[in-house]
Amino acid sequence: MADTEDDDYQNRIKEGDYVVLQRGCIYKAVQIQPKTKVIFEKQWIFLDNSVGNLYNTTFEILAGGNLQPKEDEDTESPADTKVTGADNRNIIDDGKSQTLTRDDIEILKEKNLKPTEIIQQLIEHSSTFNNKTEYAQDKYIEKKKKKYENAVTILKPTCRILAMMYHGREPGKICHLRYDTLAQMLTLGNIHAGSKILVFETCAGLVMGAIMERMGGYGSVIQMYPGGAPVRAGVESFGFPAQYGDMLHEFPICHVNALLAGTLNTTVKEPAVEQKELSTAAEEKQNQPRAEPQEGSPEEQSMEADQHQEKTDLENRKESKAQEKKAKLREKRKKLAAAAALLEGRNADGLVIASRFHPCPVLLGLLKFLSPSRPFVVYSQFKEPLIECYTKLREQGGTVNLRLTDTWLRHYQVMPDRTRPQLQMSGGGGYLLSGTTVAMDRSKPAGSCKAEEPAPKRQKLEETEG
Amino acid sequence: MPSHPVSPTRLPSCVIFFAMSFVEYNDLIQDGDVAIVYLSYNSLMPVKVQHGAQTQTRYGAIRHSTDLIGQRYGSKVTCSKGGWVYVLHPTPELWTVALPHRTQILYTTDIATITMMLDLKPGSVVCESGTGSGSLSHAILRTIAPTGHLHTVEFHQQRAEKAAEEFAEHRVAHLVTVRNQDVCKEGFGVAGVADAVFLDIPSPWEAVGHAKSAMKKHGGRVCSFSPCIEQVQRTCEALASHGFEEISTLEVLVRLLDVRTVSLPLPEFGPDSSARTELDGTEKPPAPGAPNHPSETLRTTIPHREIPGHTGFLTFATKPRC
Repeated sequence: MADTEDDDYQNRIKEGDYVVLQRGCIYKAVQIQPKTKVIFEKQWIFLDNSVGNLYNTTFEILAGGNLQPKEDEDTESPADTKVTGADNRNIIDDGKSQTLTRDDIEILKEKNLKPTEIIQQLIEHSSTFNNKTEYAQDKYIEKKKKKYENAVTILKPTCRILAMMYHGREPGKICHLRYDTLAQMLTLGNIHAGSKILVFETCAGLVMGAIMERMGGYGSVIQMYPGGAPVRAGVESFGFPAQYGDMLHEFPICHVNALLAGTLNTTVKEPAVEQKELSTAAEEKQNQPRAEPQEGSPEEQSMEADQHQEKTDLENRKESKAQEKKAKLREKRKKLAAAAALLEGRNADGLVIASRFHPCPVLLGLLKFLSPSRPFVVYSQFKEPLIECYTKLREQGGTVNLRLTDTWLRHYQVMPDRTRPQLQMSGGGGYLLSGTTVAMDRSKPAGSCKAEEPAPKRQKLEETEG
Repeated sequence: MPSHPVSPTRLPSCVIFFAMSFVEYNDLIQDGDVAIVYLSYNSLMPVKVQHGAQTQTRYGAIRHSTDLIGQRYGSKVTCSKGGWVYVLHPTPELWTVALPHRTQILYTTDIATITMMLDLKPGSVVCESGTGSGSLSHAILRTIAPTGHLHTVEFHQQRAEKAAEEFAEHRVAHLVTVRNQDVCKEGFGVAGVADAVFLDIPSPWEAVGHAKSAMKKHGGRVCSFSPCIEQVQRTCEALASHGFEEISTLEVLVRLLDVRTVSLPLPEFGPDSSARTELDGTEKPPAPGAPNHPSETLRTTIPHREIPGHTGFLTFATKPRC
């Protein structure tokens, strides 16, 4: 009814789109590029044929790696004749129940048999299948389906899908931030359209992307980044419309002290700028030895290799390169000035921290940029640094509603007569410290409101009790 | 069956530019705002700010005209008995703690999970039933503003009216339509518009068909919240038979950790013979100022002795294109 042709256009896969490949609970974020091989679950795939199809379409992977939209199969179970055993007393695990060999199965695969047909063959050649209980048979078929299924579904990326993907595939890249913990952060941080949010993250850009999605292009997100350049490859995977870029600002954490002291120079003066940039670059290298390789260095190397070239040519190129560099620096300065202007008012609406750095200095430093009565949330894979944050905040005042939490997440198998928790569950999703800023007492210097806080007193009482 | 949109009994006098709203921050407290008074860690109090009005707290009275209006959100306010409180800008999360309960409510941990797993973002169109006390509704409205819409259905007339009134007071009425009807019999009153549907009703399986028809043709996400596993079982069956995919049930709980300094006494093992030989047989006197009972002090956390161990099962599913 409300869907129109235009709506459909948005739901079709286009060249250049960032998409997520899915099979079962395996996800992979890729970009649709013509004639480009993509590896998914040890298979080579060309995504060209997906273009023009609707999102959420399931494709079959044909020989050669090309995709073809999968036809609906209503043959759910390949076993029509239901002969089942009552229990497993007659099942012996001797590795001889399957009479098809590895090679036999390979031959079946080469004959381009459908997965269901291969499974049917496996069942026919299994001496124990008919002795298995109905439940065990279902389980067997599901297991084989997973193994021989040759399909992939193409999804539109969302925060949910990408958070689950990173958590499943590369948890190390996102500081082991579990998807439900990210969900808590977005809600506890009151992330919404129209606000001004500070973010400090080393989660590949997943947290940045999640925040940008929740802001829908309205407001500003300022990435406070360590080292030479902000790392946010994950933001690309969200496939945001171009105008979302207008929300995005970045500010190097190494300039925070200067900004707070009012000594940050953001005026565009060529020689001064270059010198300053150089010194920052040096600092950055110190701060983050693992930083992404800087742009331009391979070019420089190739320039060195071309020594036979005429000297004048070389000089010309050097000059144009210098010009280019200058323009880049000027652009960078402009961006820095814009971000500084956003921060200077010290009226940000939220602060989100999720990084491999010690959160304490980051939190105490960046809280200064928030208006009073605004939420902040800090993630850490470890509890101890958050205990330190909590303690320091209680000492210095300026925050209320401090909560140190973790969440417990359990998935369920829901089946007729067989509903139960899944056997495996995540052991931990990390820890969160959340709170709300309040006005510091103006009559006294910072830290003096400690005596007025009722909580430490209560704490002391509890301690003596124990 | 026609739907009955509920209009609030008291419409907002006029939406002032830069006034407080649950979907937009403002710096100063103004007449007509709903502010949250922070008394202590788990004691919050919503206050309708009105010229000339007073609010009694356990620390004394707050006079709105002098103590609140024109002050900055987050300010410390000294009450008449000398005690002080903080006045906070409302957020859906503070509202969830402070709101008047008319029903059992959804709490922030479940709300956060629901919001992400339903793919909610600015512009999303959401259907919800029942409205209940509006705890989830406010969180949904925050996330889908400024371009989305919430269709919320509540079969209890007074609850529906009260919710509509609150939405107006919180200046989010333009983002929500409240309908007083039975979702199991009459559905959501809309068709083909929703990106996401949320069900928190006693028999969600009876509303799955209505959920499906409320959703956009190209699909969307659905969530059902049920405390009992039998409800989950029936809901999953209904979802599967209506063609929903990726049906997944989960449970999420929050654990609040109290930060404490604890002192653990160290037991006395008596004279250590091996240590004594090293020290040439001379026993070292205890260091001056050392306590009689040595102990080690550390900063750690303890969980609460008793916590809510179950709220409800969350079942999510995807509606495919039809």
